[in-house]
Amino acid sequence: MRIGYYPGCSLLGSSREFDESTRAVLKALDVELVEVPDWNCCGASSAHVLDHELSLALPARIMALAEAAGLDEILAPCAACSNRLLTARQELSNHPEKRAEIETAIGMPYAGRVRIVNVLEVLDRLKDRIAEKCVASFQHSVACYYGCLLVRPPRVVDFDRPEDPQSLDRVMASVGANPIDWPFKTECCGAAFSMTRTDIVAKLGAKILSGAVKRGAEALIVACPMCHSNLDLRRDAINAHLKANGGQPSDVPVLFVTQVIGLALGIDPKTLGLQRHLVSVQLPKAESATAGTTV
Amino acid sequence: MSSGHHIVPGEATLIERVKALTGVQLSHCYQCGKCAAGCPVGDQMDLTSSQIFRLVQLGFPELEEKALRSEGIWLCLACETCSTRCPQEIEISKVMDALRSEALKRGLSHPKSRDILAFHRAFLGAVKLAGRLNEVGMVADYKRRTGHFLKDILVAPRMFLKGKLGLIPHRIKDRAGLRAIFRRTLSKNTSDRG
Repeated sequence: MRIGYYPGCSLLGSSREFDESTRAVLKALDVELVEVPDWNCCGASSAHVLDHELSLALPARIMALAEAAGLDEILAPCAACSNRLLTARQELSNHPEKRAEIETAIGMPYAGRVRIVNVLEVLDRLKDRIAEKCVASFQHSVACYYGCLLVRPPRVVDFDRPEDPQSLDRVMASVGANPIDWPFKTECCGAAFSMTRTDIVAKLGAKILSGAVKRGAEALIVACPMCHSNLDLRRDAINAHLKANGGQPSDVPVLFVTQVIGLALGIDPKTLGLQRHLVSVQLPKAESATAGTTV
Repeated sequence: MSSGHHIVPGEATLIERVKALTGVQLSHCYQCGKCAAGCPVGDQMDLTSSQIFRLVQLGFPELEEKALRSEGIWLCLACETCSTRCPQEIEISKVMDALRSEALKRGLSHPKSRDILAFHRAFLGAVKLAGRLNEVGMVADYKRRTGHFLKDILVAPRMFLKGKLGLIPHRIKDRAGLRAIFRRTLSKNTSDRG
């Protein structure tokens, strides 16, 4: 299997372990990733705030480059990137009159042929191969945290159930984890307010973290760099908020879905970038003989 | 057919402007309040989404201005919880984008929008320069714009030690092409830029 790959900017920097683990896992599953040549930033949470046309043109350039490279599908592991690509793709397909304008802006033809897939869709396709190659079942209770952009808005992303999604829970169960039932799967973590309104991120993160911990989660599992950085890099702020409001601070770690699959496939933790988290990944020993993981 | 408006809508009204920018007809909102109830930052807003929409629906210039001057439009995270739940399927975060751009154009944006705007401008400035976001460069520019020099002074070294901060920007080859995209969109559409 061969698929186009759009890592996006976060995966080069603050979430490079998402890139490392995605590449390692897909390689182990015999999937060839073809990086979109000379790709640019998708505009993320900023372009659409300042200029609508720019928020269409930046993703359009990426998809046009993929088309020119003969790719018909792109994996965008970052939930924000895949959301921005899907949003632009849909608007340009519903409003063909805007296409010419955007083609002029990017100086390239854009046909709108490339499909965009997220990492959970790709892992779901590979579930038989994952089951075949699973050597260390991940026997931990996990809180599957989807956040906003993977499942919303449903009319654009058309993926899973917007209020109580199941795809990540299924992937986790397939490698032996116990996904807990909890109500904060799709609550917002504060997204791009990490820098500007850290107080809001701390408050929203506190609700999500304590909701998971109270229901017995030993780890939170995510598929979005913003979710990860708000729950991991901002853990001190979250714990300070919890302490100030009578809550219980927590050192329950946050892992990318691809890191968990990588561990189950027997890939070493360093290759998966587990040492890069600020909240260190220490999991209680699993009940069975396959043992837990300590990094 | 009655328009349902309190005053006759014309080109000049904000509700028409929103329609032109987004295709959304705000008169479809019947004020159920579901958007505000589920909003993760609703409790922080001076005016919630449904209140802002009501002000825009009424069509009086002073009420439109009140909506555009609100802090609420700047606190919207575009998490899309509201638009997912709206019984009228109104694309609320698209409307918020349009209201922000109108507020900027008319010079009415709330004083507390300053840091949020500085962040977005620093972000896009870094992208315009290299084609990809360099987080270190973006944060430095944000600090220069806002004067928040001590912000995250403790988190940054820990991120660096974990290999999460790239000091050298990843530059794409066709930077001229990328600058042209900015010239043909953002620069063309906005005069208010930092």
